[in-house]
Amino acid sequence: MSPTSATPSAPSPAVDHGPTRHLGAMDYSVLQQCMHCGMCLPTCPTYVETKKERHSPRGRIALMRAVADGELAVSKAFGEEMYYCLGCLACTTACPAGVDYPTLFEAARAEVEDAKVLDSPKRNAIRATVLRGLFTRPRLLRLVGRLLWIWQASGGQTLFRRLRLTRLLPPNLRRLEPQTPTIRARFSHQLIQPVESSANPKPLRRVAVLTGCVQDLAFSEINRATVDVLRANGCEVHTPPVQPCCGSLHGHNGDLATARDLARRQIDLIDPDRFDAIISNAGGCGSHLRNYDHLLAADDAYAAKAATWSRKLRDIHEYLVEINFRAPLAPPSPQTITYHESCHLCHGQKVSVQPRDILRAIPGVELRECGESSWCCGSAGIYNITQPKTSGWLQDRKLDLLTATGADIVATANPGCHLQIANGLQAQGDDHTTVEHPIVLLARAYAAEAND
Amino acid sequence: MTAPDVRHALGSTLADADILTEIEDLIPYGFDGTATLKERPLAVVFPRSTKQVSAVVKWAREARVPVVSRGNGTGLSGGSVPVAGGLVLCLNHLDRIVELDRANLTIRAQAGVVTQDIFAAADAAGLFYPPDPGSMKISTIGGNVAENSGGLRGLKYGVTRDYVLGMEVVLADGSICRLGTACVKDVAGYSLRDLFIGSEGTLGIVTEVLLKLLPRPTARRTLLATFAAMDEAAATVSAIIAAGIVPCTLEFLDRRTIQCVEDFAHVGLPTDAEAVLLIEADGHPAAVDDEVAHIEKLCREHAATTVRVAADAAEATRLATARRSAFSALARLRPTTILEDVTVPRSELAAMIRDVEAIALKHDVQIATFGHFGDGNLHPTILTDERDTAEMHRVEAAITAIVEAALARGGTITGEHGVGLAKKPFLRRQLGDASYSLLQLVKRSFDPDGLLNPGKIFDLPA
Repeated sequence: MSPTSATPSAPSPAVDHGPTRHLGAMDYSVLQQCMHCGMCLPTCPTYVETKKERHSPRGRIALMRAVADGELAVSKAFGEEMYYCLGCLACTTACPAGVDYPTLFEAARAEVEDAKVLDSPKRNAIRATVLRGLFTRPRLLRLVGRLLWIWQASGGQTLFRRLRLTRLLPPNLRRLEPQTPTIRARFSHQLIQPVESSANPKPLRRVAVLTGCVQDLAFSEINRATVDVLRANGCEVHTPPVQPCCGSLHGHNGDLATARDLARRQIDLIDPDRFDAIISNAGGCGSHLRNYDHLLAADDAYAAKAATWSRKLRDIHEYLVEINFRAPLAPPSPQTITYHESCHLCHGQKVSVQPRDILRAIPGVELRECGESSWCCGSAGIYNITQPKTSGWLQDRKLDLLTATGADIVATANPGCHLQIANGLQAQGDDHTTVEHPIVLLARAYAAEAND
Repeated sequence: MTAPDVRHALGSTLADADILTEIEDLIPYGFDGTATLKERPLAVVFPRSTKQVSAVVKWAREARVPVVSRGNGTGLSGGSVPVAGGLVLCLNHLDRIVELDRANLTIRAQAGVVTQDIFAAADAAGLFYPPDPGSMKISTIGGNVAENSGGLRGLKYGVTRDYVLGMEVVLADGSICRLGTACVKDVAGYSLRDLFIGSEGTLGIVTEVLLKLLPRPTARRTLLATFAAMDEAAATVSAIIAAGIVPCTLEFLDRRTIQCVEDFAHVGLPTDAEAVLLIEADGHPAAVDDEVAHIEKLCREHAATTVRVAADAAEATRLATARRSAFSALARLRPTTILEDVTVPRSELAAMIRDVEAIALKHDVQIATFGHFGDGNLHPTILTDERDTAEMHRVEAAITAIVEAALARGGTITGEHGVGLAKKPFLRRQLGDASYSLLQLVKRSFDPDGLLNPGKIFDLPA
């Protein structure tokens, strides 16, 4: 049958698997939008690794469409494929047709969870504990963080490692143990007042800062720096001391119901109508936070607020450039920096130039571009836990390119990437190169003005 | 024959991971870059050497299983779509550049090497591989040879055929043979090499190619001219050619295409223009400067509303990359995009564009047009929705009308995408009975069992 014929030449399925709740119910044109031209292939890490079509964006979309068409059951293989995808969204940047891959990807994973094809007692327990138990309860998460901090600060962890007791752990935990983030002595609410006035006597803008979960426990100084640079640029900064998780982990892992709950809680806590902007400083969270309008579109009570929320949500770098942040006047402090782009910052939020603008504005900075700066580092949420092989391959590929620049500092703006790169450097025995958030470097330069 | 049979039979030849038989693995091999095709192969195999290709083909012949060779599946005529089921033979693990020979200006590469990588390897050595299909970042050289792919530089540099010196092929019986030599002059017997170029995997399977390279042009400059009417753009092109200037690239986009490309690429294309010309000159710096100045003058004389010369190589690359996204970007308007590939003698192109506009009106379908003004290769792209049956009937009528208009103007049904499935209904009309029968005779002599990419180009009478 020729492609010019009136009907697609699909063989009618022997079995109609019937409609599905997510892919089958969605607007079909979202699935149709992929014209399978292949422009996404060279940008997809899993396709580049395997050269197998099902591991490519258009291959995955073909499978999703087959599910929506009732030609394919939501099978275990389908489930594994949807979780083999990094969700890095490099394909969305490459796609001239403008396919809405994030929506497809979330729907597909939700489909997989509905069908329970990947269920196992262990997986279910982990998901219940982590996704629904821990990451919906900010206070509990902080308590766990505090206990971890005691373990690390008391020398327990060091002793444990030195005595090689990690051998007692089950293999998967043994592999993960060295990747445990170093918990900070003080969390965001201990560093940041709920309301901090602008450095100018008359604030020009009022903004809210989101402190995140991992960012709050392991990188609270980045949150502090975020508040500092906003204050230095005429903003009155509101930072609620206890904030729920934004739900990105849930949205990306097929738990859309919890993701919606968390989005509603976030909007209840921070009323978007009261602020000029809502600021995120973590690439992955920001990408999801921007999506609240889509996430809550069908929720009559929240749709309007969610639309306002998405309109006002800004990544910190994007916002600083938007409000014409001032370049620090500190004496130049020579430093060589290379920039790794968080996938969800560049592909998810299309923020790519701004972090570089900020780095270049710091006196004494030499910015050295690395190859494949917008390639995934393999952290990808919890991908480094679920897919260690591919994650490791991407980590090595990334480190090679970063270290090739010879830069002393790797700047990156997402806690997952931060840990993945820092752990990789540590494993290579590199104690010279440091990983920093661009905003921390900017805050440092502002602070140096005062000391000048 | 079932998928487990294939696994059992080829298990000693290929690694287990290089044989795919699960439905989730097969569905994504049911299409290429062409609209509305959906088939399903019996199995997909990934040979890692020419020997393995040969073994697979030998087995397939004994088992009477069709074999469709494939690279990264970016074809635009359904060439690698397995309409008869059977095996999809994926060559993208044959991905080594074997040798770059500076003394003889050649590069030898396996079939699965991506075109962009060939360009980059040549470029790094100060040399130049000109053919640049729109999908060159992912299309494979084997696929380019099978389809005789063109690209943006066709006007000055020709197409893939003009750079293929030799190749290694696996024939239908599994035997391996080499065609052509590294010599530019070679008339030893019929040029089988040329027969294989553009043969769409129906005569044998190309596993390695030997390509001719050129010295890299020392300068390259790009300009973008906008027009309030397509006729003015066409007149400008005629004037440029009449002035004895042969730019390396002479592309045009119509209004719809400009808007979609700009929506994706944000390179500052004027979305209110009726037409833009993207022109690139390359060669010796002095000559290039002279050409660009002359072209700029001619554009202004022919009512160009703006002329912008790219400031540097980065901007030129951005513009060319934006142009390469044209076909895919058009999907922003309607969910189904059907890309045509007619080519007419250059002097007929402006009239052909008018034909397309009239056809769109007459059949009430949306058509966006872009293409290679310099070489007469036109890509009218029909924007539709495959779910709308009534509209799809009008689309078919429009496609037929476009093809007939091109033939009436002394053109061809396909310039660079191949016949595959998409142009099968029109081939006899273009060739006439005698040539058409000759083609079938050639096919029979190379592939007596009809197992190599069956159902493509034409159907063989039983």
